Amino acid sequence: MKNNKSKFSKYLVSGVAALALAAGAAGSASAAENGKFRVGIVTFLSGPAAGPFGVPSANAAKVLVEELNKGNLPAPYDKIGINGAEIEAVIIDEAGGATKQVEEYRNLVQRQKVDAVIGYVSSGDCLAIAPVAEELKTFTIAYDCGTPRLFADNPDAAYMFRTGLDASVDNIGAVRYLAATRPDVTRLAGIQQNYSWGQDSWADFTAAASVLMPEAEIVEEQFPKIYQGQYGAEISALSVKRPEIVHSSFWGGDMEALVLQANARGLLEDATGLLTCGEASFATYKDQAPNGMIIGARGPFGQFAPDNELNTWFEGVYQNAYDLEPVYPATKMAQAILGLKYAAENAGVADKEIPSAEQLAAAMKGATFESVSGTVEMARANGHQAMQGITYGEYHYEDGVASIKNAVSFDGECVTPPEGVAAADWIADGFPGAKCN
Amino acid sequence: MTSLLAVLIDGSIYASWLFLVAAGLTVIYGVMRILNMAHGSFYAIGAYSAASLVGWYFNNGMGPAWVSYLLLVGAALVAGLIVGVIVERGLLRLMYGRDEILMVIITYALLLILEDGMKIVWGVSPYFAYQPYSELGRTSLGLLKVSNYDVALVGVSALLGLGLWAWLERTNQGKVLRAVIHDREIAVAMGVNVKLMFTITFVLGTTLGALAGALTAPAISVVPGIGIEVIVLAFAVVVIGGLGSIGGAAVGALLVGLSRAAAVHYAPEFELFVIYGVMSLVLAFRPEGLFGRTLARKI
Repeated sequence: MKNNKSKFSKYLVSGVAALALAAGAAGSASAAENGKFRVGIVTFLSGPAAGPFGVPSANAAKVLVEELNKGNLPAPYDKIGINGAEIEAVIIDEAGGATKQVEEYRNLVQRQKVDAVIGYVSSGDCLAIAPVAEELKTFTIAYDCGTPRLFADNPDAAYMFRTGLDASVDNIGAVRYLAATRPDVTRLAGIQQNYSWGQDSWADFTAAASVLMPEAEIVEEQFPKIYQGQYGAEISALSVKRPEIVHSSFWGGDMEALVLQANARGLLEDATGLLTCGEASFATYKDQAPNGMIIGARGPFGQFAPDNELNTWFEGVYQNAYDLEPVYPATKMAQAILGLKYAAENAGVADKEIPSAEQLAAAMKGATFESVSGTVEMARANGHQAMQGITYGEYHYEDGVASIKNAVSFDGECVTPPEGVAAADWIADGFPGAKCN
Repeated sequence: MTSLLAVLIDGSIYASWLFLVAAGLTVIYGVMRILNMAHGSFYAIGAYSAASLVGWYFNNGMGPAWVSYLLLVGAALVAGLIVGVIVERGLLRLMYGRDEILMVIITYALLLILEDGMKIVWGVSPYFAYQPYSELGRTSLGLLKVSNYDVALVGVSALLGLGLWAWLERTNQGKVLRAVIHDREIAVAMGVNVKLMFTITFVLGTTLGALAGALTAPAISVVPGIGIEVIVLAFAVVVIGGLGSIGGAAVGALLVGLSRAAAVHYAPEFELFVIYGVMSLVLAFRPEGLFGRTLARKI
């Protein structure tokens, strides 16, 4: 009797599981065939990267999809949805590491039947997803990750694109800004999170400085653990070396804590801070960051986005929805969605028809499209990597209002290595072929 | 010379912070034999409560800055008390007497639940309570400028350590608690209300964790995940000092703080390694930690 009961339970569990699987699969299939353009959006919704990057990006995606479905965007994006088809966004959390993200990506493509994927802040996630995008032949846009290895490791990528800039551009741009605005600086120091992002950023910055500012010396470098939060000893070590510039690629809570502590201890009064990701916390510094601190936005994004019709419109709807100005991750997400819309509407398919991944990729490859950040040229990595200029400026806070002063922009061809040339080689050779305004 | 002075100052400040974080963890283990993984969450809850209250106080232009220091401590006490009582009465009391490893897993599960709970309550955007940190100004020592708030933290930490020692060694309640630590069964036989002592200890440990978070909040951006980072360091400190020893936690914090500061100034590439290097060295010669006692196993 006991055995019979046990067997019955097993059959029951198996049956329920099979039914659940079948229902899930059927649900996915029908959802994919509902005439909507289904987009997977992947960004951090939990963990330390959620606040500075993930949530602004997800918010940008939500508001933009909503407005696109109403056909409220300015031209050339005034067609409803994507190519006339309503957009359905499936937003998932990027937290959990590369292995989990590969599973999530397969789930998005194979079960959720998305037509395209936009996502990834973490370079590790981008590198893990790129080969899977090729294997599953799915049109994918990396909107934020900065690793130069994305296309160096995947030179034959057909389905993977990146509408943001790579990290070497940030640091070449930072040195060009220093050379243009503070040519007499001779004492440089740096503090970076001790993982590939921080180490690569510092390597690019110091290499570019040795070429563009040959008189400058590196007086101190610190690599604390990511998410450390307490930088007392590091600030002392930097202070006693009396640097003129303190470069940092810190982001999120680490960056905000560093600014708070270094400012309170006078380091950022004696030296000028240069934060390559600094714009992401533009709204939160208030009077805790000194006037004159140099900040970047990893491209012409956020506060550095131009006053074009698209950006003015985007800032307006974002502000209305969240009572906040969009920071650079939000602008970058908007850029990726506009890139996808551009590709779909220039893929040569009929109105309301959803193009295949191959048609989307063919339309995106080498394209030039208008965005919230100005004109985007997919001009590197065989037409898969965006090339744009970069802007740096000084943070100022007066009478309760934060602003950017002394902003200087550098053209894409001034800060981006030529096609097929690695950033390290380009810098070491003295930036041959760079076209600066 | 400046660097040596900097090592001593930075090391002391970092050590005082480490002691604040580790004290609650070691008190709970000492009495209850629970390696409390959720301690990092109590730290984070203290930080969020303090940042919310102090942020609200200044955003509404409520009054003088000194009140904010009272709010920091008050937020920690209230948060620690509420969370401590709920967790001890609602969860741990049902699990007493179980294997220590099982308790580690239970408190780890609690850590995960509380991490998500905090996201529901406070969201994922950063919280700031910087005014208490910047209001105290700084002191210049040659090239070195030191935050007065950080120096005050050394004093708070020392007072707290002395207070804990005095409570354990000089009060009747402390003596009873030591009896529980020494032999739980004999203490019960002698009429000690061990369950009540457990509640008092756990709430004290929780409040210490929350206080550490609250006092740290003014110097950091309070964001999801801060508790998880802290718990690893706190474990290193209490393992070096000997699990359950207040004096051990103080010495462990000083060892880690000074070694780390020396590494940052003289050999930054070893900064990550040095904390665990010190821990490995201590455990190689004293597996029970510097002040830990080898206990005979009851059969």
